[in-house]
Amino acid sequence: MAVTEYDRAPLVEESTTDSPLARKLEALWETEPGIVGFFTTVDHKKIGIRYIVTAFAFLVVGGLEALVMRIQLARPNMTLLTPEQYDQLFSMHGLTMIFLYALPILSGFSNYLFPLLLGSRDMAFPRLNAFSYWVYLASGIFIYASFAMGHGANDGWFNYVPYALKAYNPGPNMDFYALGMVFLGISTTVGSANFIVTAFRTRAPGMSINRLPIMTWGTLTVSFGNLFAVPSVSLAFFLLWMDRQLGTHFYDTTADGQPLLWQHLFWMFAHPWVYVIVLPAMGMVSDGLPTFCRRPLVGYTAVVLSTVATMVLGFGVWLHHMFATGLPFLALSFFSGSSFIITIPSAVAVFAWIATIWTGRPVITTAFLYFASFIAMFTIGGVSGVMTASVPADFQLTDTYFVVAHIHYVLIGINLFGVLGGLYFWFPKMTGRMLSERLGRWNFWITFIGFNLGFLPMHLTGLFGMPRRIYTYPPDLGWNTLNLVTTVGAFMLAFGILLLFVNIFHSLRHGRIAGPNPWDGPSLEWAVPSPPPPYNFAVIPVVASRHPLWEKRLGEGIGESSVARGLVLDHGKETIGTTVLDAQPDVILKMPEDSWSPFTVTLGMSVGFTGLILTYWTPYGWAAAAAGLVLTGLGVLVWLWPERKLGQVAEHAHA
Amino acid sequence: MERPGAFGLTVGLSIGLSAALGGCTTGDLPMNYLRTFGARGDPITALTWGLLVQSIVVVVLVSLAVILGIYLRRSRFEHPEGEREPLVRRSGGITFIGVGIALTLVALLGSTVWTVATLAAINDPPSDPPLTIAVRGQQWWWKVTYKGSPDQQFETANEIHIPVGEPVRLELTTGDVIHSFWVPSLGARMDLIPGQTNVTWMEANRPGIYRGQCAEYCGKQHAHMALRVVADPPDQFQKWRQNQLRPAAEPAAEIAAFGAERFLLRCGACHTVRGTPAGGGVGPDLTHLMSRGSIAADTLPNTPGHLAGWIADPQAIKPGNRMPKVDISGPELTGIRTYLETLR
Repeated sequence: MAVTEYDRAPLVEESTTDSPLARKLEALWETEPGIVGFFTTVDHKKIGIRYIVTAFAFLVVGGLEALVMRIQLARPNMTLLTPEQYDQLFSMHGLTMIFLYALPILSGFSNYLFPLLLGSRDMAFPRLNAFSYWVYLASGIFIYASFAMGHGANDGWFNYVPYALKAYNPGPNMDFYALGMVFLGISTTVGSANFIVTAFRTRAPGMSINRLPIMTWGTLTVSFGNLFAVPSVSLAFFLLWMDRQLGTHFYDTTADGQPLLWQHLFWMFAHPWVYVIVLPAMGMVSDGLPTFCRRPLVGYTAVVLSTVATMVLGFGVWLHHMFATGLPFLALSFFSGSSFIITIPSAVAVFAWIATIWTGRPVITTAFLYFASFIAMFTIGGVSGVMTASVPADFQLTDTYFVVAHIHYVLIGINLFGVLGGLYFWFPKMTGRMLSERLGRWNFWITFIGFNLGFLPMHLTGLFGMPRRIYTYPPDLGWNTLNLVTTVGAFMLAFGILLLFVNIFHSLRHGRIAGPNPWDGPSLEWAVPSPPPPYNFAVIPVVASRHPLWEKRLGEGIGESSVARGLVLDHGKETIGTTVLDAQPDVILKMPEDSWSPFTVTLGMSVGFTGLILTYWTPYGWAAAAAGLVLTGLGVLVWLWPERKLGQVAEHAHA
Repeated sequence: MERPGAFGLTVGLSIGLSAALGGCTTGDLPMNYLRTFGARGDPITALTWGLLVQSIVVVVLVSLAVILGIYLRRSRFEHPEGEREPLVRRSGGITFIGVGIALTLVALLGSTVWTVATLAAINDPPSDPPLTIAVRGQQWWWKVTYKGSPDQQFETANEIHIPVGEPVRLELTTGDVIHSFWVPSLGARMDLIPGQTNVTWMEANRPGIYRGQCAEYCGKQHAHMALRVVADPPDQFQKWRQNQLRPAAEPAAEIAAFGAERFLLRCGACHTVRGTPAGGGVGPDLTHLMSRGSIAADTLPNTPGHLAGWIADPQAIKPGNRMPKVDISGPELTGIRTYLETLR
């Protein structure tokens, strides 16, 4: 295109997916097929699905690790695994599920759904989005390379020093974990920044901040959380790596370092992280459940405010992971109190969901079953959390299987169940086909029963005093039966998940054709075809209420939302930029073409991090690290090289 | 095998969480903390039960609300005529949130008050503890020092004797990584952290053996870092203490004397036997080894057979532990074991 226009009022027209406009947009937005397109695409839908597939792959790997451990623990004094093997398995299982599955899966859904929910054509920074995925994949591979070499992390996911220091842990295990986490932190950080800008600035005109779907609120909130929390853990791991390889003494008491510094830095990140990996899932339930209850969510404002409040309070409770470290009475009381208070916003969500069911007309589908059971699982994970918030009780509960049960109700109950419900809900949108309901019921009930059979009795294992992270136990402590039951439950849960994959592969080919809006959903993603075209919306819709597709039937909103008729933006890849609060049209955003840069920069960074890990074996690693730095720098230069057609403002003509 | 009592309790609690716990002794569930014995543990246990019951009530109520709501309000997505269930706009939902939050607030307020009251109650022992015991965690055993004037101070390992009904002060340190001292049935719990001395206390109100275990992951043999607290009646405790203060007796029998000689050569660099030149500080003090009920940090019962097996190949029993497998001959092994059996 020869001329870039900087000031124009877009036409408002009616358009469908088979209009000439749509064909033009298709040509503009389509990703090149084949291998080139695979590496260069910036389409948020492709990236979102990649995130989901990759995160599920890590879920399977982490799940298999868990099953091996459950065999070892099925009976007392088993010798299937050596202590070192067991230690690596529980560490890799934990960090895989928490870092490589739980957030990435939510990022995947958010990536796929954000522009569709918001009435936009892509994330605010499409290349950054691709970059965030590639870095996630690369850091996952980086961390797993250690496990493949037999040097997997072996100090648990929270990795306490001094056991993680070189004096006690001389192998490269911890270096892999430390550098891998710094690497992964880059992905999380850029991804979060992208979600924030996308949610704030690229909404359809009229989608004021009080009309955002709750899921968007969840991701927006946790993205802010990440920007504050991730630096803490990146720093913690970087200091650890320096202590190990460069001879610093941040954590080393023999040189006046402080081991508790690690715990503070880690939990300042990791407690907020717990909310990071549940709030978007709660948002998915808050959007999905009402659709099946045939009514809007009860208490939208209360739920949104409680989402934000949870995240804010989540930064004030980290000390409750350290109640037994010898803290003074006042600190114990304060953090116990703050940990109790955080229950309130969670309770708001629970009662809002219950109210939505009671005042709605629930229709039972597999997705609904996942969402509804989520409420009960959420409550179990919540009340066991309240118990551990009580300092004296926590003296006994902490580091026993009670806490293991608690964290699994949080991660499986509040993350996985929401995700699976979300998958049944949005799979038709993503693929154009429905998941089988028949297989879905089997999948749900086996997963649900297996999970509860495995993990509800585990609370009792904890109350009977079984400490976590022991590779075996003697037969005379009363833990045998409970452990066997948990193992049976774990295998049943795994079988349930297997059925999910069967359902996915079956339905991809043979599933019923979904159509644009199979569930009669209220939000914008249901207005476009399934799967959506590369440009999402042929014309940018205009929104007049919280439920654009329901508003007529509900008598909601001032004026009328307009989906078929809207802004025409077809001068190259474009979408609309709107104001933060009211979503008034503000600027036409020029969107980038597909690009190699995200991939090549990731490659450069991978060389750099690989160089750093190689310094464990050879000083030439430093050369590789330097090469990686140079490659990354060059890659960024190419990426950021100014392009006229991406210009948002006109250069002033020289007189 | 697990005892039937434990199995019954497991099932009983799993189903209805009955109060069958009264019939249980520490013997069936030595690590159980739903029942404790003493001024430190009892307030914690009451609180734990209170929170547990509250939690179960909440979960049952919420689950019932969900199930009942679905049952009463369910509808069909597509009606036979092909029409969809129409949207509903019923008000009154917000009342659920209001009532729910009010109830939650009451429960939380109660929990908070009870928590802080309990915390205050267990913060200090009921009376000034006459006895101070220093516990030092090591990978993967517990070094125990009874503090006192030089002639009253002595060292032992993995088995802590305390007098019944008397609070005991604990000074907790670590020789390497973070460990956590935990005796569930006495409610004693505190981390051992490098560079600091954590102080807590415990008390047992009836004689017995209370099992403890390291509760913070500390490496390969974290699973086998257990300990015993033995609560003795006061006179028995004094007898035990006097015995511990004595140096080891000279072995009388020929084979034991041979064993003593080999012990010094093979084991003395790491283990101490007071009254002999063996003065190593890497492993546990063995001066009165036979007064302990178990070996290898409560991993095996202290029988001659287990003792011999442990000396012969400690790595088979606790892989990765700091005691190396030493190539010793049969007669040497017999000698050392026989000598150790004299250390009463």
